[in-house]
Amino acid sequence: MSMINYASREINCKLVYYGPGLGGKTTNLEHIYGKVSPNTRGKMISLATETERTLFFDFLPVDLGTIRGFKTRFHLYTVPGQVYYNASRKLILKGVDGIVFVADSQIERMEANVESMQNLYDNMSEYGYDLTKIPFIIQYNKRDLPNAAPIRDLQASLNPGWPIEDGAQQKVTPDPTHAGENLIERIDNQWVGRAPYLEAVAVRGDGVFDTLKTVSKLVLKTLS
Amino acid sequence: MAGAASWSFSENDFKQIQQHLQAFLRDSNARCALLVDRTGQLVATVGDPPQFDATAFASLTAADFSANDQLAKMIGEHEFASLVHQGEKESMFLADVAKRVILVVLFDQRTTLGLVKLKGKGAVEKLNKVFAEMFNRVGAGPAAPEKGVLEGAEDEIDKLFG
Repeated sequence: MSMINYASREINCKLVYYGPGLGGKTTNLEHIYGKVSPNTRGKMISLATETERTLFFDFLPVDLGTIRGFKTRFHLYTVPGQVYYNASRKLILKGVDGIVFVADSQIERMEANVESMQNLYDNMSEYGYDLTKIPFIIQYNKRDLPNAAPIRDLQASLNPGWPIEDGAQQKVTPDPTHAGENLIERIDNQWVGRAPYLEAVAVRGDGVFDTLKTVSKLVLKTLS
Repeated sequence: MAGAASWSFSENDFKQIQQHLQAFLRDSNARCALLVDRTGQLVATVGDPPQFDATAFASLTAADFSANDQLAKMIGEHEFASLVHQGEKESMFLADVAKRVILVVLFDQRTTLGLVKLKGKGAVEKLNKVFAEMFNRVGAGPAAPEKGVLEGAEDEIDKLFG
């Protein structure tokens, strides 16, 4: 739920990093926190357990710049990935403007990814939000690991696409970041849309800012 | 609903909110009042400027309130419309406003919880009215002021992200 304050000329948006436990959501935020100038970001708040697992959420406010005289401020949240924290995970989704699903590329974590994705769809629909209609991207993290699954397998499991019923949207839309791939295309007489995806190695910072830029841009474009 | 609807408030709304909050602080002798929306964004601050990170404070307040909402449901209550956190010197009183915003009052020994609660009730009623009008206006249709605030700014958005 973006909040526009005409008095202070600010646009505030909420981004949520979702995904299975130990997938790298907090690492994404930590990298952003470490790299962004202290003038343009606030304090990072982590509600974590003693073993540094996210208990409730991590929070980091970042200013991305000024558009039309409005300061664009993004509030970045992560959710706890562990399955049994669903109540707090759902609370964080309230009023979300954009979602990054941080998938763990390791083959062994495929089931955890799928379960978390299903959980995201379920929690969103409980709020009446439609994941196929709000800014939503997938980050395939840990691409450097030897046991990382091929992208096409991850895409098939986590981003198989949803049917596009709206005639106005039924046109081939190339994926700007992956040559030869489409975000919207016709497969077997059915129009299918997919979430944009990016590859990352969050511990090294690879792909972290690209992810943030991609999702923030999508969110701001919903206001244009 | 595709996603969460955005909302906006004008300078006039802002002025009204500030006036109500200032009157409340005068009557209750509390130090500071903050308005935080349920998603964790700071809407307004009135009174002594907080000596802490107000943005972080707002996100924690919203989480606190939401968690308590769920706790209320678990014990069979519809909601806890207000919460109190009492410290040795500094205390907080939180109250729901129009189901979308939280009034957070910071107070110390210069006043009492009873007075803050009493005066808070009146302030919440006044704020409820302001927000109800604001949300009605926003929900009125595509002509609502926040629609297309960045209309035609695609180039600027692209430029921002290089």
